Amino acid sequence: MNKMIFTELKLFLRDPVGPIFAILLPLVLLLGLGSTPGLQEAPAEMGGERIIDTHFPTMMVILAVVTMALTTLPATVVSYRESGVLRRMSTTPVSPVRLLVAQVVNNLAVAIIATALLIGLGGLVLGLTPPRNLPAFAGVFVLGTASMFGLGLLISALAPSAKSAPGIGSLLMFPLLFMSGMWVPREFMPDLVRQIGDFLPMAPFATALRDTWVGHAPQPLHLVVVAVTLLVTGGLATRLFRWE
Amino acid sequence: MKVIEVSNLRKQYRDQLVVDDISFTVEEGEIFGVLGPNGAGKTTTVECVAGLRVPDSGTVSVLGGLSGIELREQLGVQLQSSTLPEKLKVWEALDLYASFYRAPMNRDSLLERVGLADKRDTRYGKLSGGQQQRLSIALALIGYPRVAILDELTTGLDPQARRDTWELIEQMREDGVTILLVTHFMEEAERLCDRLALIDSGRLVALDSPAGLIAKVGGQQTVRFRPSQPFDDSVLRALPEVTGMRRSGGQITVTGTGDLLLAITTALSAVHVVPADLRVEQADLDDAFLGLTGKKLSR
Repeated sequence: MNKMIFTELKLFLRDPVGPIFAILLPLVLLLGLGSTPGLQEAPAEMGGERIIDTHFPTMMVILAVVTMALTTLPATVVSYRESGVLRRMSTTPVSPVRLLVAQVVNNLAVAIIATALLIGLGGLVLGLTPPRNLPAFAGVFVLGTASMFGLGLLISALAPSAKSAPGIGSLLMFPLLFMSGMWVPREFMPDLVRQIGDFLPMAPFATALRDTWVGHAPQPLHLVVVAVTLLVTGGLATRLFRWE
Repeated sequence: MKVIEVSNLRKQYRDQLVVDDISFTVEEGEIFGVLGPNGAGKTTTVECVAGLRVPDSGTVSVLGGLSGIELREQLGVQLQSSTLPEKLKVWEALDLYASFYRAPMNRDSLLERVGLADKRDTRYGKLSGGQQQRLSIALALIGYPRVAILDELTTGLDPQARRDTWELIEQMREDGVTILLVTHFMEEAERLCDRLALIDSGRLVALDSPAGLIAKVGGQQTVRFRPSQPFDDSVLRALPEVTGMRRSGGQITVTGTGDLLLAITTALSAVHVVPADLRVEQADLDDAFLGLTGKKLSR
């Protein structure tokens, strides 16, 4: 298994556009936009927290995670299916499931590195406070990231071709990012839009992550929605996945 | 010992019967060919043997009925239309696949044998078609399989690469590996296979050695020559060996069986005719396939 992860890692690094994009884009956005006046505001609707302190870095973490989960992962997995890499492996004593595990591990590692850099450099350069409830933050991160990877594997199972996979991922990613407050914090959304967002896979993850960054406990509803997303997407992906 | 036993295999895709009641057995140490035109059901048949597809009915037993991991430990498979990641290097592919088996082959000597020793650091995507094919064979062999299934392994290769690959297969046989070979190349089947299953439209048309199949269509031969002087048709037509005779321009084409050449030359010398530009053509597997199915095997 180590050999498989290591080999996949080498391949991953030979085609580094996806991971570099997932790490650099959120980081550049955070550091570049960190001093804009708009982000220094601390609207009462958001509990008096400065947007740059918690909301914006949270959204950047989400962006890094979902870039890996919804576009990079499906692109690789579907191309492996399309070119017969998975099928070839299914004739050996080792199950191609391991190849999927290796892929998830590597993509997950990139998401974790991106998050660590956002917190670390955000603190060093902009003086941002790291997540105040760190254990809860880590827990929500793991659960939420797993649910996003579940969604990514479901896309991999359903995408008809390697070319369409990242497209389908993006098509899903942007509306979900919007509902999560990427462009407009959810506090400023109409009630109905916010309530719909509560039951979509990404927004509860983002909100729970921000709650723990501020230092609060995450809302149980959000954790439940994230957990259900993980179970449903993971279960469907397992059932619907085709090896060829 | 019977290594592969297939009986009454049937497989249907939607409403099309792709494999229709095929049965055969493969003995230990032989190269068994599955020969037929494109779309005859060859690949589906061997994919059922490899455990990649589940037959609709009939049974497949490999190495006395092994299945799952136990089977895949002993079975090397080289598939048509399956590739490796473009950026994976030859050495890395071999190393990765070696890690799948308990006691893999020595990777260096395997690379040497398939003629890729100087390509060990080349990426899969940069290899030529023949080199990719040989890497694929190396991956099928790395776990010391007792049985290897090779599907269309020389399709798309240039003549030299094809002959190199054939040599590799012959080496495998010397090592005692039983080989199930899918091909639509008559020449490949004739050179490599101990026995052949001719498949057409999902059905087993004939099963015999290449020579046996050719004999089935009567061992027909063709002799062509230019006579040194005119002679009457009856000189040759009267011979029991001759079944047909045709003149076109100055050339005469005689078809027949048995010791056709000897009979013709003897009869001609009796009437003082010398055959010039004399050529004899034996029937080959193409003729056998044509005779058995009424279809041409290769274009």
